[in-house]
Amino acid sequence: MGTRTLVLVLISILLMYFDHRENHLDTVRNGIGVAVYPIQLIVDAPFRFWDWLGESTTSRNDLERELGRLKAERLLTNARLQRLTALEAENARLRALLDARSKVRDEIRVAEIMAVDANPYEHSLVIDIGSRDGAYDGQAIVSADGVVGQVIKTGLMTSQAVLISDTDHALPVEVNRNGLRTIAVGTGEIDRLDLPFLPNNADIRAGDLLVTSGLGGAFPAGYPVAVVDTVTRIPQESFADVNAKPSAALDQVREVMLIWSAPSVTDEDEPTSPEVDDE
Amino acid sequence: MSRERASRRLPVIGTLVVGLMLSIMPLPGWLAPFRPDWLTLLAIFWAMQLPRTWSVGSAWIIGIVLDVSYGTLLGQHALALCVIVFITVRFHLLMRVFPVLQLTATVFALLALYQFLLFWINGVAGVSSLSINYWAPIVSGTVIWPLLFIFLSGVRYRARAGG
Repeated sequence: MGTRTLVLVLISILLMYFDHRENHLDTVRNGIGVAVYPIQLIVDAPFRFWDWLGESTTSRNDLERELGRLKAERLLTNARLQRLTALEAENARLRALLDARSKVRDEIRVAEIMAVDANPYEHSLVIDIGSRDGAYDGQAIVSADGVVGQVIKTGLMTSQAVLISDTDHALPVEVNRNGLRTIAVGTGEIDRLDLPFLPNNADIRAGDLLVTSGLGGAFPAGYPVAVVDTVTRIPQESFADVNAKPSAALDQVREVMLIWSAPSVTDEDEPTSPEVDDE
Repeated sequence: MSRERASRRLPVIGTLVVGLMLSIMPLPGWLAPFRPDWLTLLAIFWAMQLPRTWSVGSAWIIGIVLDVSYGTLLGQHALALCVIVFITVRFHLLMRVFPVLQLTATVFALLALYQFLLFWINGVAGVSSLSINYWAPIVSGTVIWPLLFIFLSGVRYRARAGG
């Protein structure tokens, strides 16, 4: 049995080596992932049932109230959308004048988060869209309020995504007010991001909205990420201590959207991404 | 013969599937770090009780499945589980006659080794995750072991009597 253990340990080390260096083992992973999928479904089922039960037992009054709210909201959004179409047309015209390629709208698809805890030591989640539906590694995930994270491992039917609050995640952002570019790093706390690379004299203050800058290639530009919470400037330190709160409620979303960036968005010729984050 | 084997395997596979479900079930935030390594505990128990049918090979497969569902490096949990089960099978005769307290202490040591192995592999692969919470499963696993042991012994006894 000793030799068998030794052989298995060696195989494990080889597997880890190949898995870490290159992604040769994605097919193996997908194969086993398919076997795990039913178990994930079973674990997810009670939560889904609970949601369904809650939905199907709401009173008529509540439903009517919600309907009213939604109608009002839709009216508002529609009004805003009308302006947006006009602005989009104007934008395209101006871009044509400037001879820049126009920015095509991103394609979006709704994914549901499965009630499955993937890895306790990472801020991650499992969504019910996989490579079968066209998801790919590094794909951006947003919710209605802002950026949520990105896909890190695509399975056949499900994918694993890392949240922007994970300590290993860094996201190129810019301040919406003045275009100041920096990087937002996850802190491991679900409601806090850190902006470690801002000098003391940087023009940033509490309440500033941070949006994706589109550098780095993973995220399309212009999606809201976080709102600056506190800015502490310590004179003898070279960098300011800036904290931001993610716009999306990262631990409360149930449905997210996957973005397929339009290929023509990559019209910036500058060298991409000072700090690309993967893994 | 084959029927006997099947009746022997069924409780093992059943508990493992339930264990896997428990390992990926969402828990409330404050409790999540204290999720015991269910599959490790199960692997220790079955390796102790059925060292012939259940051994390093099966543990390795379970580890691979765990790696896929956790999205960790392929082979990481497999290696750790394999080593733990090897030690358990090696000393299963000794562990069977241990009183509960001593057995629990042994399980504590095994869980600590398991977590250390994962920790080292993470370190080599450059996956940083050092927080005090990382070691919480050792404590919760040790606390839950006596209860799990009684429960699993019941399952085993029943399966044998019924089969």
